[in-house]
Amino acid sequence: MKAAVLVFPGINRDRDMARTLRLTSGREPAMVWHADTELPSGTDLVVIPGGFSYGDYLRCGAIAARAPIMDSVRAYVAKGGLVLAVCNGFQIACEAGLLPGVLMRNARLKFICRDVFLKVERSDSPFTRGYNAGQVIRVPTAHGEGNYAADTETLARLEGEGRVIFRYVAPDGARDEAYNVNGSTNAIAGILNERGNVLGMMPHPENHVEAAIGPTDGRGLFAGLVEALDQAA
Amino acid sequence: MNRNEPRITPDLIVEHGLKPDEYDRILKLIGREPSLTELGIFSAMWNEHCSYKSSKVHLRTLPTKGPWVIQGPGENAGVIDIGDGLACVFKMESHNHPSYIEPYQGAATGVGGILRDVFTMGARPIACLNALSFGAPAHPKTRHLVSGVVAGIGGYGNSFGVPTVGGSVRFHARYDGNCLVNAMAVGIARKDQIFYAAASGVGMPIVYLGSKTGRDGIHGATMASAAFGEDSEEKRPTVQVGDPFSEKLLLEACLEIMQKGCVIAIQDMGAAGLTCSAVEMGAKGDLGVTLDLDKVPRREEGMSAYEMMLSESQERMLMVLKPEKEKEAEAIFRKWGLDFAVVGETTSSKRFTVLHGGDVMADLPIKELGDLAPEYKRPFVSLAKPEEIDAENVEAPIGIVEALEKLLAAPDLCSKRWVWEQYDHVILGNTVQRPGGDAAVVRIEDGPKGLALTTDVTPRYCEADPFEGGKQAVAECWRNLIAVGAKPLAITDNLNFGNPERPEIMGQFVGCIRGIAEACKALDFPVVSGNVSLYNETNGRAIMPTPSIGGVGLLDDFKKSATLAFKRAGETILLIGETTGWLGQSMYLREICGREEGAPPPVDLTEERENGDFVRALILDGTATAGHDISDGGLLVAIAEMAIASGIGADLSAAPTDIPAHAHWFGEDQARYLVTVPLPKAEAVQARAKAVNVPVWTIGRTSGDTLTLSGERPILVTILRERFESWLPAYMAGEL
Repeated sequence: MKAAVLVFPGINRDRDMARTLRLTSGREPAMVWHADTELPSGTDLVVIPGGFSYGDYLRCGAIAARAPIMDSVRAYVAKGGLVLAVCNGFQIACEAGLLPGVLMRNARLKFICRDVFLKVERSDSPFTRGYNAGQVIRVPTAHGEGNYAADTETLARLEGEGRVIFRYVAPDGARDEAYNVNGSTNAIAGILNERGNVLGMMPHPENHVEAAIGPTDGRGLFAGLVEALDQAA
Repeated sequence: MNRNEPRITPDLIVEHGLKPDEYDRILKLIGREPSLTELGIFSAMWNEHCSYKSSKVHLRTLPTKGPWVIQGPGENAGVIDIGDGLACVFKMESHNHPSYIEPYQGAATGVGGILRDVFTMGARPIACLNALSFGAPAHPKTRHLVSGVVAGIGGYGNSFGVPTVGGSVRFHARYDGNCLVNAMAVGIARKDQIFYAAASGVGMPIVYLGSKTGRDGIHGATMASAAFGEDSEEKRPTVQVGDPFSEKLLLEACLEIMQKGCVIAIQDMGAAGLTCSAVEMGAKGDLGVTLDLDKVPRREEGMSAYEMMLSESQERMLMVLKPEKEKEAEAIFRKWGLDFAVVGETTSSKRFTVLHGGDVMADLPIKELGDLAPEYKRPFVSLAKPEEIDAENVEAPIGIVEALEKLLAAPDLCSKRWVWEQYDHVILGNTVQRPGGDAAVVRIEDGPKGLALTTDVTPRYCEADPFEGGKQAVAECWRNLIAVGAKPLAITDNLNFGNPERPEIMGQFVGCIRGIAEACKALDFPVVSGNVSLYNETNGRAIMPTPSIGGVGLLDDFKKSATLAFKRAGETILLIGETTGWLGQSMYLREICGREEGAPPPVDLTEERENGDFVRALILDGTATAGHDISDGGLLVAIAEMAIASGIGADLSAAPTDIPAHAHWFGEDQARYLVTVPLPKAEAVQARAKAVNVPVWTIGRTSGDTLTLSGERPILVTILRERFESWLPAYMAGEL
């Protein structure tokens, strides 16, 4: 795996993400500054981490989506390169047109930091091959604007094409609005783009990878990616 | 001297919060009438907030030294050695007045200020905590303040990217007109790369970094040094506006130029902004400072020297740089999109000189402004101690289990999940123990060490007996660190009191300090930083004395830390420490009997130490499977908390016959802990305790999903959890 972590001013989970990539792949990721115009050659995973890019003073992710580095990310995606976009990264990916839909303010209008339960809807993507389809994983959320919304047609396509890959559920895997932490439409926590090479998700798998710190359910995502990329290499 | 400024009138002197004798002192010091800018500078430097003029003489009595103390009080933050070439940098500071006037921004900038104090010293912040005191839940402003303060703390810390891992929240009518927001920040630095405020070298460039200067917060520190009246709402324009995004950039840029060896001295611009930071750098370094205000980056036009010197715009720093590294430092700041301007230089004159538009706007002796500010020995009286309450004379109006249910739902005891879920407490990936336990535990870098962090004080004890209350605040802090298995190292104190010009308030202050000092000495727990907030009064009504204590403890292996949750059924529950059934000033007396009376429980520091050392040993050698200190609400509330955290119940033995049952279960005797141990080890623990003269009782066994007290109605842990978790969300939703 040759990962590149994008760093925009105000991004703050870049260090968490870098550590997790190092722990799970054994390789130090490249940290790529927003003003750069090229991804490091050979990059096979771009990670857009969480935080508050540009303070999120405008619509979340809107400014970062227009940063110089994003053109090369778009070109990389067009060639089938993998992108993992988490939290603010998900917002940036939506604003950049890499993923459909928007992330609105949480239904209860408050920032929420809480462990949530996600149902892994599919295990046949490079991002989820480390899990079983239908498996429930526990990962933390920490966001104020993660309420996923899209127009009816987009939603129908996302659902119809199996592109909703993570959904907020109860610990036993049942759909339950009480566990839909931010009020997302269809309890959507993570989606794929049409081609299946860009994943956007609000929760933070990178914070649940070390047994000494807590649950390790996030590890499967990174372990699966490492496996997929090693096979491809 | 510039003569476009108005002459000084008695009204102007009063408006600047200076007393007539203080103005006379100014006249004597400079031998002429000051300019308006100079008057503003004096008012900023000599107000209570910046000068500690009422408190300094007492603060000096606090123990501040220890082999592990690298830097005690007097710098931006305290610094302690945590081994492996690393240092822990921490401090707690109040933002009470601004938070009452504008809760979101007041609290947010409180967090921003304390974070700057920590990274100014070269540390990367790793955790925040906050101790909050609000008015009675029924007061019409309380909900608005809770909501705004919590959102502000979260809004700043979450965006800046530091986990907020702990703290405390209380409610009492005495905070109705004056809430308390005490924010603590903790950072890690390399021991050989700590940065200080003292400038050195003549002719060195003084550089302004960070955000631009605007008109916000002018006279913030003066406001923070006055009591509130009916017009406090009108002071809103003196509250600053926070920008966590800029602060995050400032952090990264500062750490980068420090690492590159560019910095000689650094001081953040907090209270009284440019004035305070420049004077401190010069005064501490025995140097003069000349500032040229024409070079200060501004975001508003037509700002006067007076306004620039007193602005409290946030996210700004002042530095003395090595001249040969100036270009390199500038490039780093430009990369982060921050302002960088050389605004002055150090001089050999020991004068503080301010230039603006070709005029000398101020020319003052720097030492007298800074470390030689006025100092008062204010008169104080100690009020008579309240009578001790005999538990035999306290009726139990309701049954034990009913009282437990009620106490768990009391505003001060219930779960604060509604609060801490609005704080990102997992960012950075090092949070080992999240909010809700005795102390938070965060891993240091990649381990194996960890830090335990907590904030504590029991204001009702401090009010009833300031000396015992001061001791108790430190002892409880120490206990909370012990209860997770940490070695307590040092504290930061945030002393919130009323008007020090009233002898009875000064008496509370002096009493609490004496208590704090005694406890710190007995427990080898020095004070390394702190902050004093006085004049916490509205219309002559003072807050309860609230000396918040923020403690830091060290775990050699964070994996050995204990949590309060029961681990499995069938384990023995041990009570460590003496139980006499002390109900005076207890939560039971207040919440169940409606009485706020009596002497608070005395704190025996020898017992604290012995019991604490014993508990810590049990945790570190793996004997104890859970640990919890006993504080507000007493024994049964503590047991219930352990049950709620785990979902596992307990079978408890009957109360001893020589103490009334309600006093046994809810008394607040100090120096007590609960631990669980596997059944086969219980006897050996008893023997170990006996050998070191520590009192231990077996009080029950973990079991099933129900809490069962001998002779009482059993209650499901899920019901207890429901009581514990419901009150705050319901209250905030306006349902109560």
